[in-house]
Amino acid sequence: MATVSENTPPSSMNDKRSFSTWWSRTTYQRAAYYYLIPAAVVMALITFYPMFYQVWMSFTDFGIKNLRFDSPAPNNVGIQNYLDILPDKLKIGSLEIDIPGTGRLTAKVQNFSFMRVLAFNLAWTFINVPIHVVLGVLIALLLNTPGLFFKKIYRAIYILPMVLPWLVIATVWRNMFDQDHGSINMFLASIGGLFHIPQEVFRIRWMENIYPPFDWFLPGLAMPLSFYAMLITNIWVGWPFMTIVATGALQSIPKDLNEAASIDGAGSIQQLFKITIPLLRPAMIPAAMVGTIITFNLFNAIYFMSGGGPLRQTQILVTTAYDLVNAQRLYGMAAAFCVIIFFVLLILTLSTNRISRATERYDV
Amino acid sequence: MSEITRSINPLASQSARRKASKGSTEQEKRLPFWKQLVLQIICLSIVFFVMFPIMWIVSLSLDPRDLSRPNDFRLIPPGASLDAYKRVLTQPTANPVSFTQLALNQFMLAGGVAIFSVIVGILAAYSFSRFEYRGRRMLMMGVVTVLMLPSIATIAPLFVLLNRVNIHIGELSFNLRNSLFGVGIAVAASQLPFAIWNLKGYLDTVPRELEEAARIDGASPNQVFTRILLPLSTPAIAVTAFLAFNTSWTEFIMSWQFLTNPKNFTLAMSLWNMIGAFSGDTPWSVFSAMALMVAAPVAIVYLILQKYIVSGLTIGSVK
Repeated sequence: MATVSENTPPSSMNDKRSFSTWWSRTTYQRAAYYYLIPAAVVMALITFYPMFYQVWMSFTDFGIKNLRFDSPAPNNVGIQNYLDILPDKLKIGSLEIDIPGTGRLTAKVQNFSFMRVLAFNLAWTFINVPIHVVLGVLIALLLNTPGLFFKKIYRAIYILPMVLPWLVIATVWRNMFDQDHGSINMFLASIGGLFHIPQEVFRIRWMENIYPPFDWFLPGLAMPLSFYAMLITNIWVGWPFMTIVATGALQSIPKDLNEAASIDGAGSIQQLFKITIPLLRPAMIPAAMVGTIITFNLFNAIYFMSGGGPLRQTQILVTTAYDLVNAQRLYGMAAAFCVIIFFVLLILTLSTNRISRATERYDV
Repeated sequence: MSEITRSINPLASQSARRKASKGSTEQEKRLPFWKQLVLQIICLSIVFFVMFPIMWIVSLSLDPRDLSRPNDFRLIPPGASLDAYKRVLTQPTANPVSFTQLALNQFMLAGGVAIFSVIVGILAAYSFSRFEYRGRRMLMMGVVTVLMLPSIATIAPLFVLLNRVNIHIGELSFNLRNSLFGVGIAVAASQLPFAIWNLKGYLDTVPRELEEAARIDGASPNQVFTRILLPLSTPAIAVTAFLAFNTSWTEFIMSWQFLTNPKNFTLAMSLWNMIGAFSGDTPWSVFSAMALMVAAPVAIVYLILQKYIVSGLTIGSVK
C-alpha cells in the first residue's frame, strides 16, 4: 500500500488509479470471499440460525400450541428442560421385572432415563466398532492370501452390504427377525431339525423379549435380545468398509519388509504382529473413528428394527430425540435434548481424536 | 477388457496373473491343497452370511405363491413370478399414491439436494482450499462441527421455523414445512457441510503448479476455477453428488416428520409404511419387491462408482 502511494503524485486522477491497482491487486483476496458467499449465506440460514434458535427453544416449553406463525410465544422455563432430562426426571414410568430362573428381583427397566440411554448408546458403539474393525482386518488378510482362488468374486460379493441403503437393510432384517415368519428363526429351526430339536425352541421373540438373555453381560445395563439382533445386523453392514480400508492399506505395505523379516527368521505370526498390524494402524484408526461417529448416531438400525424397544431399553440418543419431536411433540424438550447431544458428540469426537492421536490427519 | 475377462473366468485370471507376476515378485506361491480348502470354506461361509438376507428378499419377491407371510424357509424361490412387482407398480401402500409419483418425489428430493449441495459446495471448497484469509480456519471448523452432527440434531428448530413459512406464488400456496421443497432445505442443511468437506479434501490433493502457471500468465480466479480446477475435479464432484443423492434417496427422518399429504410422500416413507406400525397386513412379497426396487438404482450406481467412492472417501478422511 505504502509503495503505491509513494510512486503516485497526489491528485484525484491518481487516487483513482491507486484504487484500481489496489482493486486489481486484491482480485484473488476478494475472490476467496465471493466463492464463499453462497455457502456462507445458505449455511447461516439453514444451519447456524436453526442451531441458535434451538438453543433459545431449549429454554422454553415450545409445544404444538406454539407451532402456528400467529400463535403466542412459548413460555420461558429457564433450564427446566435440562433439569428434567439430566437427572432422569423425564421418566414416563419405570417398572421392576423379575428374571425367571435367577430367582432375583432385579433389572429395573427404566423407561426414560438419560443415563441409561447414554450408557446404552456408548455400549452399542464400543461393542460394534471393534467387531467391525477386527472382522474387517481379518477378512482383508484372508483375501490377501497369495494364491487364494476366486479373490475377485469374493471381493465383489463382500461389498454388497455396503452399497445397499440402510433403510432397506434395517427393514429387511426386521422382517428376518420376525418370530413366526422370519427367516432367522426358520433357518435356526431347520438346523435344529437336523439334531431333532423341536421347532418350538426356535420361536425366538427377538424384538419383543424384555428379559436380557445373558445376565452376566454388562450387568447394570440389561441388554435385551433386540440388542443382539441389531448387533448382528450392524456387523453385517459394518465390516465391508473396514475390509476395504484394510485391503487398501495392506496392498501399500512393501513386500520387501515381510521378505526381510522371513529371512531374519520371523514366523508368519510374528510378521503379522510386528509388521502388518502396526502398518495397518494409521489407516484403520481414522476408519474406526468414522465408524464410531456413524455407529453412535445410527438412527436407522435402532428406529427401524427395534424402535428403541422393548420398553425403551435399546433407545439411543438420536432415536430418543426423534421420539421427542415425532411422537411426544415436545419441541422445547427435544431442543434441549439436541443441545445435550451436541455436547456429548463434541466430547466423544474430541476424546476419540485424542485417544487415537489422529488429530493431525484431519486437515481443518 | 482384462477386468471383464477376469471377473467372468476367475481361474483363467488367476493363472494369468500368476504368470504375469512371476517375473516381478515370484512370491505368488501356490497354496497347499488343505489350506486352500479351509480358506475357501471360510470364504464361502462369509458369502453365505452376506447373501442370506439378499437371497431371502429376492426369493420372497419372486415367489409365485405371492406370499403374505412365508411359512417355510427357502433361499431359492420355487419358480418365478413378477406379480409382487406389478402390485408395487400399481399401488404400493394403502395411501392413494402410485409408485411413479413416489419415485418421482424421491428423485426430485434427492436430485435437488445433490445438485444444490455440490454447486454451493464446490464454490466454497475452492475458497477453502486455495485461498488464505482471516477466519478461514474458523469457518472450516464450523463446517466440520456441523458435519459431526446427525441430521436429527436440528430437526426441532427446522420443523418449527419452516412451519411458519407459508408461500403464495399465484395460484400456488403451500406451507414450506409440509412440502418436498421444505424437506429438501432440511436435508440440504446436513448434506452441504459434507459436500464442502469432501470436495475440499479432494481439491487439496490437486497440485497447484498448473494454477500458478496460469496465474503468472494473468488468469483471473474465475478462469483458474472454471478452466483448471473444475475439469480436474469432475470425478470428485460426481462422487460427492452421488453420495448426497444416495443419502437423500432413502431420507426418512425429515420427510416422515414434515410431510402429511400423501401426494408428497416418498419411497422411503412408503417402505416404512409397508412394515412399520401402519403396515396392516401388507404382504411380505410386495414389501420385498418394493425394498429391492428402492435399493436397486442406488446400489447399482454405487457398485459402478465404488472405486472412486472408496478412494474419494479415504482422500477426504486420511490426509
